[in-house]
Amino acid sequence: MSFPPNPNPNPNPRPNARDIEEERETEMSIETERSSTESEVSGLDYEETALTLGLPGGKRGFSETVNLGIKSSLIEARGDSSGDRSDESPDCNASVAEKPPAPKARVVGWPPVRSYRKNALKSCTFVKVQVDGAPYLRKVDLEAYRGYEQLLVALQEMFSCFTIRNYPNEERKLVDPVNGTEYVPTYEDKDGDWMLVGDVPWKMFVESCKRLRLMKSSEAVNLAPREARR
Amino acid sequence: MPPHPEWTAAMFPDEVWEHVFSFLPSDADRNVAAASCHAWLRIERRSRRRVFVGNCYAVAPAVAVARFPEARAVEVKGKPHFADFDLVPGDWGGGADEWVAAMAEGWPQLEELRFKRMVVSDDCLEVIARSFRNFRVLGLAFCEGFSTAGLAAVAANCRNLRVLDLQENVIEDNCSHWLSHFPESFTSLVHLNIACLPGEVNVPVLERLVSRCTNLKTLKLNHAVPLEKLVILLRKAPQLVDLGTGRFSGEHHLDLYSKLESAFTGYKSLKSLSGTWEAVPAYLPAVYSVCEGLTSLNLSYATTQNPELIKLVSRCKSLQRLWVMDFIEDDGLAAVASSCKLLQELRVFPSDPYGPQPVSLTERGLVAISAGCPMLHSVLYFCNQMTNAALIAIALNRPNLTRFRLCIIEPQTPDYLTLQPLDAGFSAIVESCKDLRRLSVSGLLTDRVFKSIGAYADRLEMLSVAFAGDSDAGLHYILSGCKSLRKLEIRDCPFGDKPLLANAAKLETMRSLWMSSCSLTLGACKLLARKMPRLNVEIIDERRGASWDSRPDDCPVEKLYVYRTVAGPRSDTPSCVWTV
Repeated sequence: MSFPPNPNPNPNPRPNARDIEEERETEMSIETERSSTESEVSGLDYEETALTLGLPGGKRGFSETVNLGIKSSLIEARGDSSGDRSDESPDCNASVAEKPPAPKARVVGWPPVRSYRKNALKSCTFVKVQVDGAPYLRKVDLEAYRGYEQLLVALQEMFSCFTIRNYPNEERKLVDPVNGTEYVPTYEDKDGDWMLVGDVPWKMFVESCKRLRLMKSSEAVNLAPREARR
Repeated sequence: MPPHPEWTAAMFPDEVWEHVFSFLPSDADRNVAAASCHAWLRIERRSRRRVFVGNCYAVAPAVAVARFPEARAVEVKGKPHFADFDLVPGDWGGGADEWVAAMAEGWPQLEELRFKRMVVSDDCLEVIARSFRNFRVLGLAFCEGFSTAGLAAVAANCRNLRVLDLQENVIEDNCSHWLSHFPESFTSLVHLNIACLPGEVNVPVLERLVSRCTNLKTLKLNHAVPLEKLVILLRKAPQLVDLGTGRFSGEHHLDLYSKLESAFTGYKSLKSLSGTWEAVPAYLPAVYSVCEGLTSLNLSYATTQNPELIKLVSRCKSLQRLWVMDFIEDDGLAAVASSCKLLQELRVFPSDPYGPQPVSLTERGLVAISAGCPMLHSVLYFCNQMTNAALIAIALNRPNLTRFRLCIIEPQTPDYLTLQPLDAGFSAIVESCKDLRRLSVSGLLTDRVFKSIGAYADRLEMLSVAFAGDSDAGLHYILSGCKSLRKLEIRDCPFGDKPLLANAAKLETMRSLWMSSCSLTLGACKLLARKMPRLNVEIIDERRGASWDSRPDDCPVEKLYVYRTVAGPRSDTPSCVWTV
């Protein structure tokens, strides 16, 4: 299987962690068959839920590459479903549905959710939360919390298996009391970098956080910001 | 030999017939009675008190008003349903001005007025406010075009107003003190729904209004009212039956929490709870004391997730209606299935319509509900995946379904286990649920499902179809079957001219047909319009390009709206609409 060139190269490659991860990816040959129910807006999300080896965070370049290939073939098989005729000439000589398959754009009015409802939800700053080893994602509304402490408490309640352990050097970790595994809350910021939660002022965090991931402490050693401090 | 109908009618005074007609349950029945002879026509039309106009362009306002001179309550609907999803241009129509003018002229005794999906101006509201001495009920749902200045006029002038029900309207806020326009002597309010108001609400004014309207049963606040103010209002109206809170979030203060909790503890009569925007887990338990008695719960704007969400809903043992977001997940729906045995209506909305949903809301949740809730008859369900087996199970569990709307978010999604189309599943639904009146289908579907729908869905009145079917046969099956079909709305299906023309007569038995992004041509629309003079055939073209008069017959038609009418082509068509 050959991959089309990666259209979104990671702007800030981290030489250490990511190189290792990409090596692992090329060895890994099994991917669960993509269900057509999954969103085609972002190939990222599929990767988050796929059972794979290695860390989800750094795989983005690879996963987008693979998924673009799958995406366009799905659209071809399906035919042009959006029925958008806006590029036809006014004298109506253009034929119908003869367009190259495009990355799936949002279709007007689909899914059928009223604007009132969409607008009501838009004001919420939802981010997805993933826990290493947990089979599903949750979501949190960052604007519902006033600070890191409240967020951690909420994460604790949400995944119900953690307790918060505070370290004297202001690091906070969530601990699974059953097996003692420590999880470190991390987040992906607007630039695509993975950072430790708590590094920046809360407001800045809310604005820049795209998603959260509770990473096992053992895996988190490669996150740059704290390395200098250790 | 049967007696002559006129002779029979004359045996009794008109008042007796009026009394008899008052037992007829529906307008359709009254229409039939009115059609049987001139005497009954005369008596029925003079005695009809409630008038329902399902399509504001089906009849001229003055004609409707003249036909039923003693009307006291009227409801008029405007735009097609797909206007809710931005498929209808903003200037398409549905203006209420002509209706309000005709009513002001011919129905001075009017007490109740409801508009749905219409463009209602402030001028309309002012005319309404001044024209009807006994005006009691104003309901505006999914409307637009007015502002709080118009509401101020209603508040100031409608001395006997009982109901002001504003449901999901788009309202401009230019008069933030409109509530102050209710005079101090005004005490008649029973129902106040201002949930969709965009701006701040003057809470002290509202407080005084609520205090003096001692018969107030329904109060639905808007997002701007915080919990601190809710507590104050709750104390003024412990008799409420239907409460919509404002936003249910904020920093957790023990003091506020306990005030909230004790305010709810006083609520003996509360049956319905809604609002709860952005509800945070910390405050939800404050409502636990009312859960047992709730029959209706709308948490569809609450961003709470499990386990708090499950904890709340499982307490509501008397629930008949539940609206919730997909945060409920399959686990939550299983809990609902075992706790809420009286459930009749379930709606599950997507929390993130454009992203992947939390994967734990699947077909399993809906199957569990269908198995556990014997009185369930109305379903609206957004999800990511479905199987034929699940739909068949639902159909067999719940043959009493009357409304079934399933939206699988990704178009043309097949059964995820077998990769087959969902024809078998939806066919089972229509075969099993003999009283099905409303159906929305989704997922991968071939013409076969429409064959079943046409053949079995005898009571179906409204059908919504998107991204489905293979060929003209699909549409033909629907239009040649579905004996009771009134509204059909179709988007993005490969249905063309032939079935439309072959079933032209059917369209006059229906209220309306919407078809967009299908395979229709101008020529067919012209033929249809020529063949069926009592239909308005509207081509909607937002590009507003060259005149349709000059285009060739094979020009594709992107959006078509066809409806029966006795009023002829309308006079208010904008540039994007061409009546063929």
